[in-house]
Amino acid sequence: MALLEFRNVSKRFGSLLAVDNVSFAVDSGEFFTLLGPSGCGKTTLLRMLAGFDAPDAGDILLDDKSLAGVPPEKRPLHTVFQNYALFPHLTVEGNISFPLEMAGRPKDEIRRRVAGMLALVHLEEKEDAFPHELSGGQKQRVALARGLVNKPRVLLLDEPLGALDAKLREEMQIELIALQRNVGVTFIFVTHAQQEALALSHRIAVMRAGRIEQLDEPDRLYGFPQNRFVADFIGKINLLDVDVLESTPDRLSLAAKGLGTLTAPPVQGVQPGAHGCLALRPEQMRVVAENEDTGLPNHFPGVVRDLLYEGDVTLYRVVLRNGTALEAMIANSAPGRPRFFEVDDRVEIGWRPEAGRYLHD
Amino acid sequence: MKRGVGLWIAALSVYAFLYVPLAVVVLFSFNDSELNAEWVGFTTRWYAKLLSDQTMLQAAANSLFIAIVSSTVATVLGAMAGLAMHRYKVRWLAFLALTPVAMPEILLGVSLLLFFRQVLDLTLGLVSILVAHITFSIGFVAIIVRARLAGLDESLFEAARDLGATPWMTFRRVLFPLMMPGLLAGYLMSFTLSIDDFVITFFTAGVGVTTLPLQIYSMIKVAVTPEVNAVSTLLMALTLTMIGLASRLAPETLRGKG
Ligand SMILES: Nc1ncnc2c1ncn2[C@@H]1O[C@H](COP(=O)(O)OP(=O)(O)O)[C@@H](O)[C@H]1O
Ligand SMILES: [Mg+2]
Repeated sequence: MALLEFRNVSKRFGSLLAVDNVSFAVDSGEFFTLLGPSGCGKTTLLRMLAGFDAPDAGDILLDDKSLAGVPPEKRPLHTVFQNYALFPHLTVEGNISFPLEMAGRPKDEIRRRVAGMLALVHLEEKEDAFPHELSGGQKQRVALARGLVNKPRVLLLDEPLGALDAKLREEMQIELIALQRNVGVTFIFVTHAQQEALALSHRIAVMRAGRIEQLDEPDRLYGFPQNRFVADFIGKINLLDVDVLESTPDRLSLAAKGLGTLTAPPVQGVQPGAHGCLALRPEQMRVVAENEDTGLPNHFPGVVRDLLYEGDVTLYRVVLRNGTALEAMIANSAPGRPRFFEVDDRVEIGWRPEAGRYLHD
Repeated sequence: MKRGVGLWIAALSVYAFLYVPLAVVVLFSFNDSELNAEWVGFTTRWYAKLLSDQTMLQAAANSLFIAIVSSTVATVLGAMAGLAMHRYKVRWLAFLALTPVAMPEILLGVSLLLFFRQVLDLTLGLVSILVAHITFSIGFVAIIVRARLAGLDESLFEAARDLGATPWMTFRRVLFPLMMPGLLAGYLMSFTLSIDDFVITFFTAGVGVTTLPLQIYSMIKVAVTPEVNAVSTLLMALTLTMIGLASRLAPETLRGKG
């Protein structure tokens, strides 16, 4: 039985359909992420779950019971807001005890649990500090502790790492994973950063314009995007426009305009004559000098247009005959050795047929 | 450099213009002479004389009573007005609450007088003064409270609800404590306005009740005695303390940032 379920939920703001017939279920103990560009309806979903907004249609269920009409304070869910929303007139200790006091817990229990929470988020020394005396990362930890201290069934996190700088964000990601594992609370996490979603989540719902485009595990989402939007949104990807020549149970034969034919893994239900694109991850591409053999059935000549040195890898942008640019990510050789290719080098770029994925338009 | 000097002179003359008359009053309240003419020597006897002047003490007691009661009531009502103005962004609501602030005092005084006498047929006295003072203070409290609320993060109240607080507990544990500096500032502001109000009190006091400013006025009709200087100095000190406290408590309101 799912812990939490959205059933055909819609929400309208004037003429804007902010959430469009969304359904999904979250299991107990899951780290579930809503991922999508800004304005796609993630916060609106969280607000309906927390009880600040009511759905126009559909239902939200917790333990198979509808939450309709239940006020926010009666829902066993707590939220970590993007700006933390720490109470400025209360100390760290006062902020973390707040939910326990509201729940009417006895004083000694409150003291014990707050102390435990402070230890868990490494803030024992800051107990008596006020929020304005804390750094961004510390505020973040207080907000997490406050959200978790009364053991909610689900913790909602709305872009909680958005306000932190890159290095701190990475540290907090690691802490979040450990924290969630330790407390065993179900997390519903909202972000527009795909790398963050991939790093943290058990499952991810990719959203666009109020709808869920794909709901999958991170590696499935990365490896098998179901459409152009998801492929483009998750990680770096090359999209090559193609027409379907032949579709058999064990392979697709495709034609790329101005290039020639190539093969790809089969996709069910695709008819010859269909139009779509072939999605190729840059790290799956191979590049060799123009007179060498790639040893791969799918390969085309091209010219290195740009390159981006990133330390461990270099990103080469190769322009093909028909003007399409493909990116190839190649691990660099040992330090001090020359780069494999330079700008304007003529090369041959190829990939294994299994590396490509046909996406129907 | 030259322009700097000019600016300093200009600034100093403005401050002199503002504060020299006040300084003279303070100075002569300690002057050991019946006349406000020349400095004779230091004394505190005018203050001692004040303390044995029954009319003066009665006026002071009236003023304090009126200031305390009117600013308490005005703070409660003004806070409600400020909350309403913040919550429901209705233009005319703000307009109605703020008009008495900008209204010339003489107009307010005359209209209140007419209202009490013609409409309510009330005998002028303590009650009419109280109502009048509450009327002109509400607007100030409302402005201060609204400025305070505008600076607060709305998500704090949602956070409170989210963490298990009922609407009432959200008010008691989050909204009210956060409004507190604004309420205190509003109270002190009302107190200051009330204790040294002359014009409106003059119109609404009737014959029986006298406040400190009215008493000072009736004394200087005869002559500016050192006793008047002394009571004015005390009033000034009280007012400055109140303003100082208020600006500490709600800097965003009184320093024009809010
Ligand atoms: N209270 C509101 N009134 C009107 N439009 C809103 C309101 N809240 C959100 N929206 C709109 O709904 C859409 C989804 O918003 P939101 O859920 O905040 O997106 P996200 O969190 O994914 O960035 C946006 O276009 C936003 O402008
Ligand atoms: Mg959002």
